[in-house]
Amino acid sequence: MGKIKGAIVVDTERCKGCALCVVACPLQIIALTTKQVNKKGYVFAQQIEDDTCTGCTSCATVCPDGCITVYRVKEQ
Amino acid sequence: MNDNPMHYCPGCSHGVVHKLIAEVIEEMGMENKSVGVSPVGCAVFAYNYLDIDWEEAAHGRAPAVATAIKRLWPDRLVFTYQGDGDLACIGTAETIHALNRGENITIIFINNAIYGMTGGQMAPTTLIGMKTATCPYGRDPKIHGFPLKMANIAAQLDGTCYVTRQAVDTVAHIRKAKKALRKAFENSLQGKGANLVEFVSTCNSGWKMSPDASNKWMEENMAPFYPLGDLKDIDGIQR
Repeated sequence: MGKIKGAIVVDTERCKGCALCVVACPLQIIALTTKQVNKKGYVFAQQIEDDTCTGCTSCATVCPDGCITVYRVKEQ
Repeated sequence: MNDNPMHYCPGCSHGVVHKLIAEVIEEMGMENKSVGVSPVGCAVFAYNYLDIDWEEAAHGRAPAVATAIKRLWPDRLVFTYQGDGDLACIGTAETIHALNRGENITIIFINNAIYGMTGGQMAPTTLIGMKTATCPYGRDPKIHGFPLKMANIAAQLDGTCYVTRQAVDTVAHIRKAKKALRKAFENSLQGKGANLVEFVSTCNSGWKMSPDASNKWMEENMAPFYPLGDLKDIDGIQR
């Protein structure tokens, strides 16, 4: 069995930039934006490293606004 | 849970608890057979976020309203969603009597030790020494009395079947809390008695901290006073 790869999709308009997912991520691959904001003026979360995510869903579990969806990347 | 953006502050524990309720109701297949009773407080707009039947109660009177709903509609999953100002202050009598009567409902109690909606005043559950807008030098037992442990009171009552205290600060705690919530919902559906699920949660706006710092503060200060775990777990009450 190979390494499981995951990826997250953040609903940026729903995100309020509370940074709980940044703390919860065991691999530290989520960060808040530094130069972009959403319509409400909040900085939002984004995945900063592409291939590292294992799809553990920790970020989606702690997200109070339910704006993170975790996908499993299909093996080619 | 629907797509309406929540009105809660960034990092508020309410969102996580809403999500858990939505997940548990979906897993139980009770979407069309659940009735929630929302309180007065931050969670007053809970009916905007969960697509089930809701009833709005007067301040503190949610358990009384839930009693009526459950008695008229015994096959429904009836729960109330209350904060500490609603449940532990103005609605203490209703809560204790509904639990003591052994109504087959679940009371979800969000304990963040502060009045969040009105701007961070002292609540009955505020910890000794904790600073709020109305006790700026910290809660002093000589003037303000002692914090109220509602779950411990509920565990003493003969009408309660399952009383537990959970938290939603870490992934492990959230997963445990979900199991506890499911158990409480199942107990109330099977008519085993009243259930109380207390969530020790954060109010980062009221505490004036970042969401992460308030989770840490909660673990350091609230966890010793409100220890997590099941306080009562019996297989149905004696009627």
